[in-house]
Amino acid sequence: MKNLKYITIMALGLVACEPELENSIEDAGAYSSGTADFSKFVSVGNSLTAGFADGALYLEGQKYSYPNIMADRFSHAGGGTFTQPLVNDNLGGLTLNGAQITPNKFVLSGDPLVPTVLTETPTTEVSNILTGPFNNTSAPSAKSFHLLSNAYGNISGIPLGTANPFFARFASSSSATMIGDAVAQNPTFFSLWIGNNDILSFATSGGVGVDQTGNTDPATYGSNDITDPTVFHGTYDALLNSLTANGAKGVVMNLPSVTSIPYFTTVPFDAIPMDATTAAGTNAAYATYNGGLATAMVGGFINAAELAQRTINFAAGQNALVIEDESLTNLSVLGLPSIRQATAADLILLTTAPLIGTLADPTNPASVIGVGVPLNDGQALTDNEVTMIANAQTAYNNSISLLTGNNPDVILVDVKSAMEQLSNGGLSFDGGTITSEFATGGGFSLDGVHPTARGYAFIANIILKRINEEFGATVPLTNPGTYPTVYID
Amino acid sequence: MKKLLSFALFFLVGSTLYAGGYRVSIQGQKQLAMGHTGVAVISSAESIFFNPASISFLDGKMNFSLGASGIIGETRFENKQYGIAENTDTPLGTPFNFYATYKANDWLAFGLGVYTPYGSSVEWEKDWSGSHLVNNIDLKAIYVQPTVAVKISDKLSVGGGPIYVNGAVTLNKNLNRSLSDTEGNRTNVTLDQKGVSAWGYTLGVMLKPIEKLNIGFNYRSKIIMEVKGGDADFENVPDFLPGDFSDANFDAELPLPAEVTMGLSYEFCDKFLFAFDYNFTQWSEYEALVVEFNNDAPTSVNPRNYKDTETFRFGLQYKACDKLSLRTGIYFDESPVQDGYFAPETPRNDSVGYTAGLSYKVNSKLSIDASFLYLHFEEIENSYDHYQENGQNVPFGGTYKSTVFAPGLGLSYKL
Repeated sequence: MKNLKYITIMALGLVACEPELENSIEDAGAYSSGTADFSKFVSVGNSLTAGFADGALYLEGQKYSYPNIMADRFSHAGGGTFTQPLVNDNLGGLTLNGAQITPNKFVLSGDPLVPTVLTETPTTEVSNILTGPFNNTSAPSAKSFHLLSNAYGNISGIPLGTANPFFARFASSSSATMIGDAVAQNPTFFSLWIGNNDILSFATSGGVGVDQTGNTDPATYGSNDITDPTVFHGTYDALLNSLTANGAKGVVMNLPSVTSIPYFTTVPFDAIPMDATTAAGTNAAYATYNGGLATAMVGGFINAAELAQRTINFAAGQNALVIEDESLTNLSVLGLPSIRQATAADLILLTTAPLIGTLADPTNPASVIGVGVPLNDGQALTDNEVTMIANAQTAYNNSISLLTGNNPDVILVDVKSAMEQLSNGGLSFDGGTITSEFATGGGFSLDGVHPTARGYAFIANIILKRINEEFGATVPLTNPGTYPTVYID
Repeated sequence: MKKLLSFALFFLVGSTLYAGGYRVSIQGQKQLAMGHTGVAVISSAESIFFNPASISFLDGKMNFSLGASGIIGETRFENKQYGIAENTDTPLGTPFNFYATYKANDWLAFGLGVYTPYGSSVEWEKDWSGSHLVNNIDLKAIYVQPTVAVKISDKLSVGGGPIYVNGAVTLNKNLNRSLSDTEGNRTNVTLDQKGVSAWGYTLGVMLKPIEKLNIGFNYRSKIIMEVKGGDADFENVPDFLPGDFSDANFDAELPLPAEVTMGLSYEFCDKFLFAFDYNFTQWSEYEALVVEFNNDAPTSVNPRNYKDTETFRFGLQYKACDKLSLRTGIYFDESPVQDGYFAPETPRNDSVGYTAGLSYKVNSKLSIDASFLYLHFEEIENSYDHYQENGQNVPFGGTYKSTVFAPGLGLSYKL
């Protein structure tokens, strides 16, 4: 029986003998942070940094935010804990005093599968203020200048539109600024990706806002306006100065083009199929308008080019949508609307897709939206609006490049090019390729604007690679193939 | 003795050192302690497994052996590229064996063996990085072997018998690397089937050409475990996922390969017994694990491409005194798993087994047998390259390191 006792003791001792590798990744020095210090990583930004996807900020999305992925990778090279202002559920909608103020997320549902907003009641109440600080200081829909606003986290300003519910629920005080809450954590390393909404909210609204280029007072801006590039430049400079004041190193991301996201590229401009008979009938209906245009040219109101641009003509086959364009010469004195047929340079919004071809007035068969009834300003981005957006984007990116160019401690990561690649062949991973194809491409979530978790994983890798290159670090990457794309209900 | 060992070691040069698939070589405490040799050892009822022919040479009218081991196996997995480190949390494995022999007359003996030569139990953390290959697996096969042996002469005996196998399998894996419900719970399937039965046989020859030298040969046939209509339990499937992924039945086959063993034993200096066994296992039988479902889940084809393997076993017994026998052994076990087929459900590469043990005679009839096995695996950089997504192979690999300890206890009784 002595033997039994001996063997039992031996067996118990051996349970502790776990297999160990000669060179474990958990050994000190397995990965290096190079010249960077990841011990306190703070990320600042908007919805893209918060982990927003599928039209909402929900738990799984936050788990896969690119800064959270980066922080997990940093943990191998001296990174500390990374906290996020987590929402309460996977529905993603917010309530304020019990009333829902932001929508739940989209999932694919039904047969056939279509993007559908989940209908359950969300449980994230904005007035339950979280106790921070949070390493991820990001709020969906924040624009550059919002980060400096001390009204942005004041819960009483939410109904007025001066505050952001996503920030208000974790702001350190009602007069806190986002950048202040970020800097107060004394980051050793930071990421900043801001400016997207300074053009994007104009774009997703179909250009109903105003291009404020030339107006340097953001207090006068509407929510869908384009921010003046000078305001952007000054704001960005101030943000960078705050973040680097204590010697922190960091990364900043440039701004992708709106034309690289499916919200603007999914619906073709020539979305109207027609046979010859219907086309002839439609042309007959527009005969008065076309005739009026000819008169207008004779009267010297418009030139031949505008006449050609505005003349409506349908033929057998695919036809361009009829759209409103406020940049056309106003001919209301002649009783003519500012409409024309779209071209490839115009972008039809994803949210317009379900309306096209339906009747604006169910009793009037001539009220087909996009044919008899033109798409309104909020349903399409005209070429003119696209140009305004591109001009502002270029100016912002020039500022970002200029302001970081002389600072060896700040790396500019060209996320813009990567996002463009999504609509131009895609980005490959070990089990396939993600593209910007809506719903099926795997790169963009069901809101058509924000990446999927897999898309965010790619972004994290792009940033990490640059960190490794520029700071001599060896932070491990993540494998995008293991991240989800769109969710099916 | 030294000569013999050096000859054997010489014989090994050029051959790589290796362990095998889901074979668990723990079929007797006495023989395990001697490197799990035994095809040419005449010592106890354990011979029913090692060589059924030799039970006709056993002393005593009746012999009984009963034993069990606890397998403590752990595997470490790391992938440096993606900073992944994982450990298995595998429950204790408990292979057991029971043998009884009965000598009807001078030339005829009968026996019955119950043992568990195949099995695998591996449990990774749920949803770990290789969860699309396996979360956990538990494979059991109990062999029941009625045996008859005929002593043709004092120098030669033959024996054998049919083998009835009763097996069970449970396997859980995620459907792929990313699918989940809208709450993020990963979509997975559990395959479960108990009471799978099949038949096989074993044959042995025992030769005693000269005094103190035994030569043995044993063949155990392959047995295909065929699951028909096992339970396939799909969990966290999105409601609107196109296709029918409701709980279903599955069909699959798993081969328990044939094994040929030959070897010798030699008594020297009165107190010593040396044994050598050579195993050849026809693992090449295991080409793929194919699981077919009767819902819309696609047939799961998992290439295995195992290769035949060889194992070299050396054992030594020292009779310290009448009451105490000490044993030790070593074996070199080749893994059937080829490069690029290293799946985490059986993360086993070539190994070296170190064994020791003893028997203590309580009285002339009863003895207590203890054994200990330490299986040493070198760390290995390998991958499983045959999992597919979108029609392309997606390798899963890194560095694996396993350790296995198996202390065991048994009783032998002789009448």
